[in-house]
Amino acid sequence: MRLRLVRDDTSIDFFSKARIWLGISMVAMVVAFASFLIQGLNYGIDFQGGTSIRTDSAIVVDVAQYRSVLEALDLGDISIAEVDDPLFDEDQHVALVRVQAQEGDERIASETIEAIQTALRTIDPGMTFPSVESVGPKVSGELIQTAIIAVALAVVAILLYIWMRFEWQFAVGAVVALAHDVILTIGIFSELQIKFDLAIIAALLTIVGYSINDTVIVFDRVRENLRKYKKKDLKEVLNLSINETLSRTLMTSVTTMLALLALFILGGDVIRGFVFAMMWGVLIGTYSSIFVASTILLVLGVKRDWSKKDPSAGTKYGHIET
Amino acid sequence: MLNISFSKLVMIWLTVIVGLAFALPNGFYGRVETHNDAMAIIDAGQTNAELEADAAQWPSFLPSNLVNLGLDLRGGAHLLVEVQVEDVHASFLEGFWPSVRDALAAERDTVGFVTREDSPATELRVRISEPEGATQAFQIARGLGSPVASFTGAASTNIDVEIDGTLLTITLSEAEMVAMNERTIMQTLEIIRRRIDEVGTREPTIQRQGSERILVQVPGVGSANEIIELLGTTAQLTFNPVLGRAADADASPGTGNILVPALDEPNVFYILERRPVVTGEDLENAQLDFDQNGRPAVAFRFNTSAAREFGDYTLENIGSPFAIVLDNQVISAPTIQSHIPGGSGIITGNFDVEEATNLAVLLRAGALPAELTFLEERTIGPELGADSIAAGQIACIVAAIAILVYMVLSYGLFGVFANIALIINVGLIFGLLSIVGATLTLPGIAGIVLTIGMAVDANVIVFERIREELKTAKGPARAIELGYERALSSIIDANITTFMTAVILFTIGSGPVSGFAVTLGFGIVTSVFTAIFVTRSLIVIWFSRTRPKTIEV
Repeated sequence: MRLRLVRDDTSIDFFSKARIWLGISMVAMVVAFASFLIQGLNYGIDFQGGTSIRTDSAIVVDVAQYRSVLEALDLGDISIAEVDDPLFDEDQHVALVRVQAQEGDERIASETIEAIQTALRTIDPGMTFPSVESVGPKVSGELIQTAIIAVALAVVAILLYIWMRFEWQFAVGAVVALAHDVILTIGIFSELQIKFDLAIIAALLTIVGYSINDTVIVFDRVRENLRKYKKKDLKEVLNLSINETLSRTLMTSVTTMLALLALFILGGDVIRGFVFAMMWGVLIGTYSSIFVASTILLVLGVKRDWSKKDPSAGTKYGHIET
Repeated sequence: MLNISFSKLVMIWLTVIVGLAFALPNGFYGRVETHNDAMAIIDAGQTNAELEADAAQWPSFLPSNLVNLGLDLRGGAHLLVEVQVEDVHASFLEGFWPSVRDALAAERDTVGFVTREDSPATELRVRISEPEGATQAFQIARGLGSPVASFTGAASTNIDVEIDGTLLTITLSEAEMVAMNERTIMQTLEIIRRRIDEVGTREPTIQRQGSERILVQVPGVGSANEIIELLGTTAQLTFNPVLGRAADADASPGTGNILVPALDEPNVFYILERRPVVTGEDLENAQLDFDQNGRPAVAFRFNTSAAREFGDYTLENIGSPFAIVLDNQVISAPTIQSHIPGGSGIITGNFDVEEATNLAVLLRAGALPAELTFLEERTIGPELGADSIAAGQIACIVAAIAILVYMVLSYGLFGVFANIALIINVGLIFGLLSIVGATLTLPGIAGIVLTIGMAVDANVIVFERIREELKTAKGPARAIELGYERALSSIIDANITTFMTAVILFTIGSGPVSGFAVTLGFGIVTSVFTAIFVTRSLIVIWFSRTRPKTIEV
């Protein structure tokens, strides 16, 4: 007896409620975007500049106390977050202290870092600082720029590849699905105010890769079925293709999720935000390749006759009027 | 029919075996590291029983390449510095002024008086008093330029000269700036390398990034501060004749002289001759020493020619003071008591032992051509790195077990085949990482875990396809064959797109992010290889042995 996530012969109609799904996605995207505009992202020092110090003490973290000793230093905006992790020892109390980039110059003053450490040691003389990271405003500005370029480049490269391998309608469908995933991921980071740093950009690009992976598998089957069932209308073909690949889509999502879940629980707090982004990405990536990408394809329509020579062959846009 | 040629089979499994052999050393990380360290010393020509014993910890016929651990896993300091090339431009122009002045002064009859005017550091402005001499002055100034060897081959001089009425403006030419920046960066790289080597840490990474930046990564350093102290001073040492003292910074030192503040005395300035007697470049050695009162000092020795010059100078100037100047501050200004013939001496100041040791290191390594600005610094403690590795390992094992069980539950025997391929896949990723000497970072571990999750995907695509084909195809062999054939295009399309994002991440990202991209990219390559070839050959071998009438996937 085999474990089956879905029966072999599903025939779910994914488009009967297409409007609802699209509606939900639109609303979610608007909410995500609004949250991004209003609340903004909780940028890490990679993008904002500043200094981040991880503290490790045998005494329970008292955020108010940390804040009071640091405010005496007059360093501007300070954020202190207690970190909790099941892997910590019993008498291990970790916090992340973040100090804004200091006015004036690019140089990160070692004296400032030392002053912070000395101030914190008044709370617990045995406190250690497992990591100290400091990024100047110049570099952080550039990092934002490269991050945006990276994501944009990835999307464009995928658009071109799908266009080359399929038809432009597929490429548009895939890219809309990608934009959907990226916006929703940024949205949840803004909504939950999870730290957004360079690693999250890597996660975003992985989500882009994962989601496109899913979408391509469905599209590949759509293309095959379009050739096979010349008489069926597009909606039927899309439904059939999604149903046929559903088992694989869910199977891969589950195995990837299992791996990420292990990392989320056991991988330590340093990469938890990164793993969270990917888990979220797998979830919405799976959703978007089933509902968003295919729906766009249905709306745009596709050239059907693959066997006959396209009368307007040679131009990618020859079939636009169909 | 369902078949793979024998030669193909051999190729597939040979690849697997070689890949796994290269991954093997990582299973014995500490042991292989000891072996490699010992071998490096033995290859350098030294040997003793202890080294031999260390080297014997790992057989030499096996591969011994290891995956490098990134700073976030090993602990250490990471610094991004920018070289202030503008300083070099400014000091070049500064040094150019005397020759302009002298050349124009020689033609005083036509150009009149020559004065220097205030200007930004990027240019040199010279005013002449006779408007009729403007063309002549222009010619003279231009004649002072020297040719620059530029890679475009176009002949150009190192300066651009413009004349506007009686005002000469001299700037560095584009070609000279490029050449000068290049020289400065190369020299800075070399000096940084020497300074860090002086303190003797393991395997530092010193890399140029972009046009004016240098990335310095030193594993095993407790704090980036140690490195900053090492790189924060340019350590330009000169010995200049002292002409007098002044009490404020605005005092005019006179032509050919400079006003330099004292290091330890506030509001004391020395008037020095600009041209030094000897400089730090002529030092042969410098080390920690103590003066007659037992205070820390730095003992130095000049090379032969500088020793002679220094000797002559001290002989001629007994009784007058000279200044030891470090980075535009007078450390001390002793009076010459007697002739110093041997070219050695000590520098005293208010040093503690650590400061004196550091100064000696800096003097030995040489001066930086320009100041460095620190743009980014990250220090990761070794414990945090070790915790991350441990957590990553546990997560990897748990993820792998969960997926292995899940695959067997879903696909039975075929799941077992996929699992064997999955284990080989992880081995191959490590093999590839070791072969290219890639660096494993914490996001890199996440990349591997993610790959474990996604690696089964290609197998899942095939198995699902075989299931479908079983409903229609004639016999299991045909179904398996069709399954592979028809799934191929999906697998390729899906993985090429992911691979593209990995490439983009690698090119654009830095540090941990590119570490993630590397494992992700390699993971894609190995997972496609294992799914298409390894799993398939397992299935073929199994099928041709048992010849089942029906199969269940």
